[in-house]
Amino acid sequence: MSVVPVSYYLVLSAVLFGLGVVGFVFKRNIITIYMAIELMLNAVNLAFVAFARAHGDLAGLVYVFFVIVVAAAEAAVGLAIVITIAHNRRTLNVEDVNLLKF
Amino acid sequence: MSIPFILFFICAAAAVLGAVLLIVAREPIHSALALILVMMSLAVLYLLLGAEFIAAVQVIVYAGAVMVLFVFVIMLLNAGVEVRTNYSKIAKYVGVPLGFFLLLEVAYWMWGSAVGTTVANGAGAVNADAVSTVDLSNLLFRDYLFPFEATSILVLIAIVGALVLAKKGE
Amino acid sequence: MFILNHLWLILALPLVGAGVNGLLGKNWPRSAVNAVGIGSVSLSFLCVLELIREFLQIDTSHAWFQRYFNWMSVGGFNVDFALSVDQLTIVMLLVVTFVSLLVHIYSTGYMAHEGGYYRFFSYLNLFVFFMLTLVLAANLVLMFVGWEGVGLCSYLLIGFWFLKKSAADAGKKAFITTRIGDFGFTIGILLAFWTFHSIDFGTIFADVANRSVESASAIGVLTAICLLLFAGAIGKSAQIPLYVWLPDAMEGPTPVSALIHAATMVTAGVYMVARMHPLFSRAPLAMFVVALVGAVTAFYSATIGVLQTDIKKVLAYSTVSQLGYMFLGCGVGAYAAGIFHLMTHAFFKGLLFLAAGSVIHAMNGEQDMRKMGGLRRKIPITYWTMFLATFAIAGIPGFSGFFSKDEILEAASAGPHANTWLWALGLVGAFLTSFYMFRLVFLTFFGKQRYDEKKVHVHESPGSMTVPLMILAICAVAGGWFAAPHLVGGQDYFESFVHPVFASYQGQGIVTQPESLAAAAGEAAGIEPSPRADLIHALTGPPVIAAVLGLLLAWWFYIHKPDAAKRMVQRMDGLYALIYNKYYIDEIYGALFVRPFLWISTKVLWHFVDEKVIDGTVNGVAHVSREAGGQVRELQSGNARSYATWVVVGAVGFTMLLFGLGYWMVR
Repeated sequence: MSVVPVSYYLVLSAVLFGLGVVGFVFKRNIITIYMAIELMLNAVNLAFVAFARAHGDLAGLVYVFFVIVVAAAEAAVGLAIVITIAHNRRTLNVEDVNLLKF
Repeated sequence: MSIPFILFFICAAAAVLGAVLLIVAREPIHSALALILVMMSLAVLYLLLGAEFIAAVQVIVYAGAVMVLFVFVIMLLNAGVEVRTNYSKIAKYVGVPLGFFLLLEVAYWMWGSAVGTTVANGAGAVNADAVSTVDLSNLLFRDYLFPFEATSILVLIAIVGALVLAKKGE
Repeated sequence: MFILNHLWLILALPLVGAGVNGLLGKNWPRSAVNAVGIGSVSLSFLCVLELIREFLQIDTSHAWFQRYFNWMSVGGFNVDFALSVDQLTIVMLLVVTFVSLLVHIYSTGYMAHEGGYYRFFSYLNLFVFFMLTLVLAANLVLMFVGWEGVGLCSYLLIGFWFLKKSAADAGKKAFITTRIGDFGFTIGILLAFWTFHSIDFGTIFADVANRSVESASAIGVLTAICLLLFAGAIGKSAQIPLYVWLPDAMEGPTPVSALIHAATMVTAGVYMVARMHPLFSRAPLAMFVVALVGAVTAFYSATIGVLQTDIKKVLAYSTVSQLGYMFLGCGVGAYAAGIFHLMTHAFFKGLLFLAAGSVIHAMNGEQDMRKMGGLRRKIPITYWTMFLATFAIAGIPGFSGFFSKDEILEAASAGPHANTWLWALGLVGAFLTSFYMFRLVFLTFFGKQRYDEKKVHVHESPGSMTVPLMILAICAVAGGWFAAPHLVGGQDYFESFVHPVFASYQGQGIVTQPESLAAAAGEAAGIEPSPRADLIHALTGPPVIAAVLGLLLAWWFYIHKPDAAKRMVQRMDGLYALIYNKYYIDEIYGALFVRPFLWISTKVLWHFVDEKVIDGTVNGVAHVSREAGGQVRELQSGNARSYATWVVVGAVGFTMLLFGLGYWMVR
């Protein structure tokens, strides 16, 4: 049986991460941007698991565990903020939320 | 071409497809569904890598809870078609190309990384050397107990924060 | 040998006087300021007398040298504070201290009603200090210190009444004009150092003694040095073309004119040429230039002096003219004659200026001779002293000026470096000198009274002013007998006194000035020189004829037929205007030099370089910073997407750096 090389997983992880970055820059809806961030986190998870497998070290899986937990918490709080913004400014377009300027 | 390979490529393709759909979709709900597709493929990939527990957690927590939350919020806010405003020229002309560049660059480095084409201890097949949950939980509750507890407090804070924030809006 | 071992005392006394008066004298009574001022100079004068006594007791064939401390030593450039004394120095010291003393005493009377009294005496003492430094210096740089110092004091004293614009301008003009000459002097010093690797007179002269005479057709290094040093002399001693400051310098108080611009400072150039005679003797071209400039200036200035109406201006142009004679003497190799004329000139010109000051004082400030007349019975002492001085300057036989001028003109006509054209210029100049000086006396003291007695209360000056006049008159009359060469079997004391100075460092091919030209000529012709023959020769020479002719012509025009002058002026009004306006030289200089320089300074250096380039650069830097900051500020647009982009940019850069480094290190 041939084995899938770990570097393949890493490449996939890199591709997903890159696509996440593009989405993060490209999209205008706050929620969609947030989803791109989640995509990035997932890509990183994949990389962690791949490395854990490559080195036979379970610590990588533990990190993945924590990442998922933190991502969940972050999602909760972040979406709460999104709801607040949406109620206050009546828009979901990130470009309209531009008060943080000079 | 063995089954792991084929499975790998199918799932990889699905993941990339989902990611692309995420970017390209015009409605947020479509993006959410694409993300779920990605997460599912990733779960299969975790399985391929022998991380069953993580695969399970991914499906249950990530795809099952977090994405549901996203969908609910989209539904609540009635997020419609994304408006095409073009306020930031820099994002359009610099950010997107650079994002692709980052993608390619990291992929390139990962490809040529010194991790090796074969795994040292020959793991990678589906059933060989699956990680046992017992080992993982040993690690989690012994060596990584402190981060575990800290994370649980973090979750608590997140809950409280979410409650407070969501409440204020009304 | 007290003074010989403590030469610095001669310098220090006036300096202390200047310091005390300048720093402390502001609120002192006049008598205290007088005591300090006159006291310091008189003590210095006594030191000089004692110095002479001591000097005559030692070996006088070479200079006495005293080195006090090393001033600066940079690489091979070594300057000591060193003083030296030889016969030439002694002559200059005598002249400077004696005339300064008399001028100080005179000033107590002349400046009695002026403000800034203490300042005046402080500056005068300071001037004496610098002049003595110049004379006593044993190297070029120390001499230059004195040179510049007297220029400074001249500026301060010309512009003494600095609230008067013309006086302040005259001070500036003097300083700037002499500066041009001083620039040449500086380069001369540098060239001398480059050639001789030292600026000590002793070292330079010893080196020069081994060199041969340079050619008169090319500019060798010795000629170059001499010409550059002479450029400084042209400025300081008011020769063509840099004489223009001296007439304007008459804005200063009359004692200043007497001391600085007649007796001492302006003679510094002559002293310098005489001091550097070993170099000049070996540079025939330079000597010719010196003689030429001197002769032309003597003639040219005399022509201007003929028509001036301000009594001090006549004397100023006369000074320029007489300085020309001194340079003529040095230029034809008769250094002793040039220095002798310097000495007699100090006496009679100093006297003339002081007497003119007395006249002005008597006339309550009036300086225009056309408004004087018939003063001889009202101010007799002034009249007689001035009259005697006029005989001296005109070169009437028996008076001091005759001996000195006669020697110079004889050297110019028959000496080793004689030149007939220069002699002719000098002769005509002598005629004009006699003419305008007697014109001055006749206009001022004789004839009808051309002023209103009720407005101008003519009174004789106080004793403090008339006593110096009388002392100087005695010197002006009797001083010539020091150099009575061939009369009554007399010995040329002056020439023999300074002979060791000018006979030293003579090498091959140097032609020395024999003591008695007539005697030499007589010997050459095989005739036994006799005192009687010499006497007749002297009394019937062309200079005497010129002098007497001038006297007669002046008498004709200004006493016998006063209207003749007016009619002549009307007939030659074009020429009259030209000469009366001093050949428009100030206007020419203004158009040629002053205005272009002012234009460059204003338009180019100020508006362009200073404002646009320098300020522009500095302001530009600030402007660019501001603009750049403004641009950078726009980054913070509030647009989250652009922030995101920048995050990505950073991430890309960082990963590239990281992986690149790793790759490079593994390689």
